[in-house]
Amino acid sequence: MKLKTLISALASVLLIGSQVAHADKWGDQFPHIAATGDIPGMCSYESMSKKDYSGRTLTINTHAIPVMGEPTALHAEQFEKLTGAKVEVTHTPAGDLYSKAMVPFQAGQAPYDIVFGFSNFINDWKRYLAPVPQEYVDQMEGVSASHKAIASWDGVMYQYPVDGDRHYLKYRKDVIDNPEMQAKYKADTGNELKVPTTWKEYGEMASYFNGWDWDGDGEPEYGSAEVMKKDDLMYAAFYSRSVAYAKNPSTPGGFFFDLETMEPLINNPGFVEALTDWVDAVNYVPPGGINFGLGDEINSFGGGQTLFSFSWDDAFVAAMQPDSPISNQVGAAQLPGADRVWNRENGMWDAKSNQAPFFVWGWAVGVAGKSDNKDVAFDYLCFFANGANHQADIGIGRFGVNPFMEEDFKADVWTQIGWDKDIAQSYVETLADMEKSTNRVFPLRVPGTFEFNSALATGTAKALAGQLSPQAALDEVYAEWVAILERVGADNVRDAYAVGVKMEDNEL
Amino acid sequence: MNFKHKYVFLLPGLIVLIGILIFPIIFTVRLSLSGWNSFNPGLDFIGFKNYVRLFTDDPRFWQSFFRLSFLAITTVFLQYVIGFALAHMVWKDIKFKRFFRVLFLIPMMTTPVIMTVIWRTFFHESLGPLNDFLSIFGVQPPWLSSPSLAKVSIIVVEVWQWTSFMFLLMLAGLLSLPKEPFLAAAVDGASPFKKFIYVTFPLMAPISIGAIVIRLIEASKIMDTVFVLTSGGPGTSTETSSFFIFIKGLREFQMGYAATASFTYLIIMIISLTIIVKVLTKVLMRE
Repeated sequence: MKLKTLISALASVLLIGSQVAHADKWGDQFPHIAATGDIPGMCSYESMSKKDYSGRTLTINTHAIPVMGEPTALHAEQFEKLTGAKVEVTHTPAGDLYSKAMVPFQAGQAPYDIVFGFSNFINDWKRYLAPVPQEYVDQMEGVSASHKAIASWDGVMYQYPVDGDRHYLKYRKDVIDNPEMQAKYKADTGNELKVPTTWKEYGEMASYFNGWDWDGDGEPEYGSAEVMKKDDLMYAAFYSRSVAYAKNPSTPGGFFFDLETMEPLINNPGFVEALTDWVDAVNYVPPGGINFGLGDEINSFGGGQTLFSFSWDDAFVAAMQPDSPISNQVGAAQLPGADRVWNRENGMWDAKSNQAPFFVWGWAVGVAGKSDNKDVAFDYLCFFANGANHQADIGIGRFGVNPFMEEDFKADVWTQIGWDKDIAQSYVETLADMEKSTNRVFPLRVPGTFEFNSALATGTAKALAGQLSPQAALDEVYAEWVAILERVGADNVRDAYAVGVKMEDNEL
Repeated sequence: MNFKHKYVFLLPGLIVLIGILIFPIIFTVRLSLSGWNSFNPGLDFIGFKNYVRLFTDDPRFWQSFFRLSFLAITTVFLQYVIGFALAHMVWKDIKFKRFFRVLFLIPMMTTPVIMTVIWRTFFHESLGPLNDFLSIFGVQPPWLSSPSLAKVSIIVVEVWQWTSFMFLLMLAGLLSLPKEPFLAAAVDGASPFKKFIYVTFPLMAPISIGAIVIRLIEASKIMDTVFVLTSGGPGTSTETSSFFIFIKGLREFQMGYAATASFTYLIIMIISLTIIVKVLTKVLMRE
């Protein structure tokens, strides 16, 4: 036993020693990876430095800076230095990533070798993308199986894994866990101040902590920061609020549509209840919060302006950065649930506690099938996601690179970058519990995804702006979805949707 | 000159006209008769299905058109009044005349998208300087969150940006006016107000019509300000026709339908502007 321990300790020392040695060599040259140094692998700094792509030009269309745009540009610069390739990076707003690739794709052109987008583009994009070569897939040992499946269609990987996203609740630990605040809240409302487990509790607490200076910084704080800006991923925020009311584990066979009939479910009482809550939320977001996009949400919660936030990891990671005013004062938890959930089979509410995680999947990137630089492109992507870059990227909130590797779900990874142990633990447990849940919802990955989501964004935005009631807004969305199904073909949508339903119903 | 030579000289212009004007219009019409979308890329033929949908089943398009009409008419009217007033001011011999002439032209020389980003920061409801200042008086208007104030914000930005253009045209017009009518009015003892109403304004009518029509054409394409400032929101309260077409075409990738909306919009604009020119000519030139 003692011998084993000794050998293990010796091996650890040697391993650490070797990494430090790499840190000396590459960490000095590339400060971004100074903390870890290079991490050996097929696409490490060491490996890339042996490639010679002089005279080759790689073109990339990515998101605007900072989210995903900043790491793309940073790794492009590093890749240029290592390989001699020239990398031209174009930055595009989130809403235009789809069309900026689709227009040339449909015209049979490839102005960009690499295109960034969202994971749910896969169905529309896959016929124009080059499959990820097997040698790259084989070296993705650390990528979680579910994430590999998400990046693939019919067993072929089209999207190179660089990011993994989930929506979960973020809250101000220094307020929610504060005994004085708990006593004050109890005295004023008669309720317990705790991590909200239902959206109703979330609304009550957010309303209470709205518009007054509860952290003593001389500025008023607000209840919640949410993505409410039309056409800026607001549809995903709405789905997060809907799953608790509309994803009933007793009624498998579709969350967005009834898979059998392809009847849209978007205006059933579950979704209407969620939208009613969301309309109320307009009263407890910061001034102008109805126009918050993802960047605003990250800055608002990450800057200490609100009590709660939900959606992507970025706001949480931004809040935990050393330069944040609320570093180590935030907590992560599952999305709130509901006390009742809609049963679409009997047309009644089931009076039971319900919670459902929403997997957003996040950023995805592919190589154009007609690119003349596929070899350089895949090497760039492999380099982007190599161990050293990944570990450095996930610790920077504004980068938008979130956990998708097995390693990321260990608390140590986060404590090493300065997170308190209990916060790191709750964070990884929150993510891991989502993976384990059997009541998960995945985003639409069907032909015409953008049409469905755009129609939803328009309808819900009208409700938030007071132009329509929640029911009328979702009835309008329902009518739009029916029209889209007619245009795209219900069977085409069903074939693709069935894959997502199988995952939701735990059959895959 | 030989008759055939005339056509040879016309040919380059004709080729350019066909290439950059006629072909895109014909292609748009053809595209509008197709169901091109993300799933079915290609010029299939679906007849007038898109037009039927637009005219019978899409109130959002018509709402955006009427909203655009309101925004275009309001902004151009304000630009005309302010631009004319400023031009009139620096037309006279005042101190620092050259300085003011350059100053009033600056907004037009800035990049609209960048200026709109600055305006968006200015109007930001919790972090912007405007509400920071107004909070001294206990008010914090929801500039971009209220459907009506969001329209006001767009009008403010548009007027700020393009009044310079109106100012430039009106000043050029004023500087080209003959002196005799003004001398005659002075001899008759006309007051400055009467001089403006009975001499300056009628003489400026032709250039006023030109300036208004040019600005109306530009204002009817308003897109960048809406895109950056409000993204058409809150809800759809600031969505204009061009923004709607952009959403349908480049966000939802309904290329065929976006072409239908685009071509219909073009026809409506041609008819509307023809009527507006007739009315303006009748009113301003008292024909």
